[in-house]
Amino acid sequence: MEALIDLLQQNALTPREDIARMLDLTVAQVEAEITRLEQEGIILGYQTIINREKWDTDAVTAVIEVKITPERDGGFDRIAARIAKFEEVQTCYLMSGGYDLLIIVEAKSLRGVAGFVAEKLSTIEAVQATATHFRLKTYKENGAFHHFEHAPERLSVSP
Amino acid sequence: MSIAIAETVKDIPRSGIRDFFEVVQTMGDVISLGIGEPDFATPWHIREAAIYSLEKGRTGYSSNLGLPRLRRAVADYVQAHFGVRYEALSEVLVSVGVSEAIDIALRALLNPGDEVLYHEPCYVSYAPSIVLAGGVARVIPTRSEDQFVLQATDLEKAITPRTKVLMLNYPTNPTGAVMPPEELARIAAVCVKHNLVVLTDEIYSELTYDGGTHHCIANLPGMQERTVLLHGVSKAFAMTGWRIGFVCAPVELIEAMMKIHQYAILCAPIMSQEAAIEALVRGEESMLKMRREYELRRNYIVRGLNDLGLECFKPHGAFYVFPKITSTGLSSREFSLRLLREKKVAVVPGSAFGASGEGHVRCSYATALDQIKIAVERIGEFCGELAAEKAEAA
Repeated sequence: MEALIDLLQQNALTPREDIARMLDLTVAQVEAEITRLEQEGIILGYQTIINREKWDTDAVTAVIEVKITPERDGGFDRIAARIAKFEEVQTCYLMSGGYDLLIIVEAKSLRGVAGFVAEKLSTIEAVQATATHFRLKTYKENGAFHHFEHAPERLSVSP
Repeated sequence: MSIAIAETVKDIPRSGIRDFFEVVQTMGDVISLGIGEPDFATPWHIREAAIYSLEKGRTGYSSNLGLPRLRRAVADYVQAHFGVRYEALSEVLVSVGVSEAIDIALRALLNPGDEVLYHEPCYVSYAPSIVLAGGVARVIPTRSEDQFVLQATDLEKAITPRTKVLMLNYPTNPTGAVMPPEELARIAAVCVKHNLVVLTDEIYSELTYDGGTHHCIANLPGMQERTVLLHGVSKAFAMTGWRIGFVCAPVELIEAMMKIHQYAILCAPIMSQEAAIEALVRGEESMLKMRREYELRRNYIVRGLNDLGLECFKPHGAFYVFPKITSTGLSSREFSLRLLREKKVAVVPGSAFGASGEGHVRCSYATALDQIKIAVERIGEFCGELAAEKAEAA
C-alpha cells in the first residue's frame, strides 16, 4: 500500500472517494486499509504544516546537538526517552558522527529554549555537552516549499 | 506582389489542434485537458546540471551527431531499457526532438512516390512529414474494439509493391494504446516478409502502467537491421522545451540522416544535450515518481469518465485517455467546442488525429489532479445537460 501512504503523506485530507478512484479501489477498501495502517502503528498521526512566517511568528525553533554517556544496560534508549518526553522536544534522533542525539525544540521565546537547555537538558547527568542552533528562516519543510515554484506556463492546447 | 507558396505545402491542411488552440486562446479561465506535455517542470537535478554546464562555459557547437558522452549515455540507456545494443559513436544521432528525427529519417529513406504506412488515430505530424519528404501517406485505421492496437492482418492488407516504410507509435498519442508483445511479433514478421523499414516513435515508452513493460520492435528477430528507433527525453523526464530526441539505426541510415541534419540543423543545443545526459544517467527515480503520479490520475479520470457514461478503456500507456462520446449524439468537434464554450473545459476532438479518431475526444491527464477533478465534474454537468436537451427534443 505504498501508493496509499504516498497519497496520505502528500495530503492526508484527500477525500477518500478521490483516493479510491486513484487506486482503483472502493471507498470501503480504502477506509479499511487506512484503519489497518493506523492500528498497526504504521501511521502514527496526521499533522498540519504551518508557515511560521505567518503564524506564531515569535515562536523559536532550535536544533540541539547533545552528547551523552551511554549506559551499560540500554545504551542510549533510556536517556533518549527521558529527553524526548519533554513537551518542548518535537523531534529526537540518535545520530552517527560527532554527537549522539539531535533534538528539535520549539518554545515561545529564546528565553524558553535557554531555560530548557540550562535547567532541564544540561542537568541530566548523562548529558556531557550540548550545542544549540536557532532556526532563522524556513525554505522547505516536510517536503513542502514555503515559497512555491510557479507552475510552468504551458500552451493551453498542444499536440 | 503575392508570394507563391510551394504546391506541396499549400496542399497540407492546417493542424486541427491549431484551429482549436486559437479558440481556446480567446477564452480565459479554461481548464485544459488538451495539453500534450507533462505538467511537471523538469526535475531540479536535471535543470541544475544544465546550469552547471552553462557556468562552465559549454556554449558552443557539438559534433553533428551529438556529444559523444550523450551518445554513449543513449546507447547504454537503450540497451538497459529496450534490450537492444547500438554502437554509440556510429549508430546514434541526437536530434532536435523526435519531430526532427521523423523528418530527417523520412527524407533519408523516401524516393518520390514511395509509400509509408501509419496507423490512425495518431500524432498530427506523421502524414504531413511523409508528404513533405516526397512520400505517399497511406493510413491504416485502428479500432476502439482492438483498443487501437494495429493488427498485423490489417497491415498486411495495406501493403503494396510501393510500400517502403511502416511508422509505429506505441504507446500512442492520442489513445494511450500499448502494443501487446504477441501482436508486435506478428507485425515484425510481416515487416520482415515484405522487407519494410520500421520507423518507430517510442517517445512514451517509459510511461507504461499496471506493471507492464515496454516492448521495442528492434528487439525482435530480423528487426534491428530494418528499424529506426526514435526516442527522446521530452515525455519521460518532463523535458519538452529542451528539444532533445535521438535516433538509433543502422550506420548507413545514420550517415544519410546526418547529411540532412548537419545542413539543416548543425547540432542540437549543447546545454540541452548536457541536461539530457543527466536525465538518462541519473533520472530514473524522478521519472518513476512522475509515472506513479500519472498512473493515479489515469485511474481517477478513467473511472470518472466511465461513471458519466463516456465509454473509455483503461489505456496502459502515455498520458491520454480517449473516451467515446458518440452517446451524446455530437461529433467530436461539436462536443469539444460546446464543452469549451459552455463549461470552459478544453479537450481535443479525436478527428484532429485522423478520421478514425471521430467519435472520441482526447483528454490528457498530464494535469494536476484538482484540475482533473473539476474537469470531470464539469464534463458530467455538460453530459447531463445534453441528455436533458435530447429528452426535451424527443
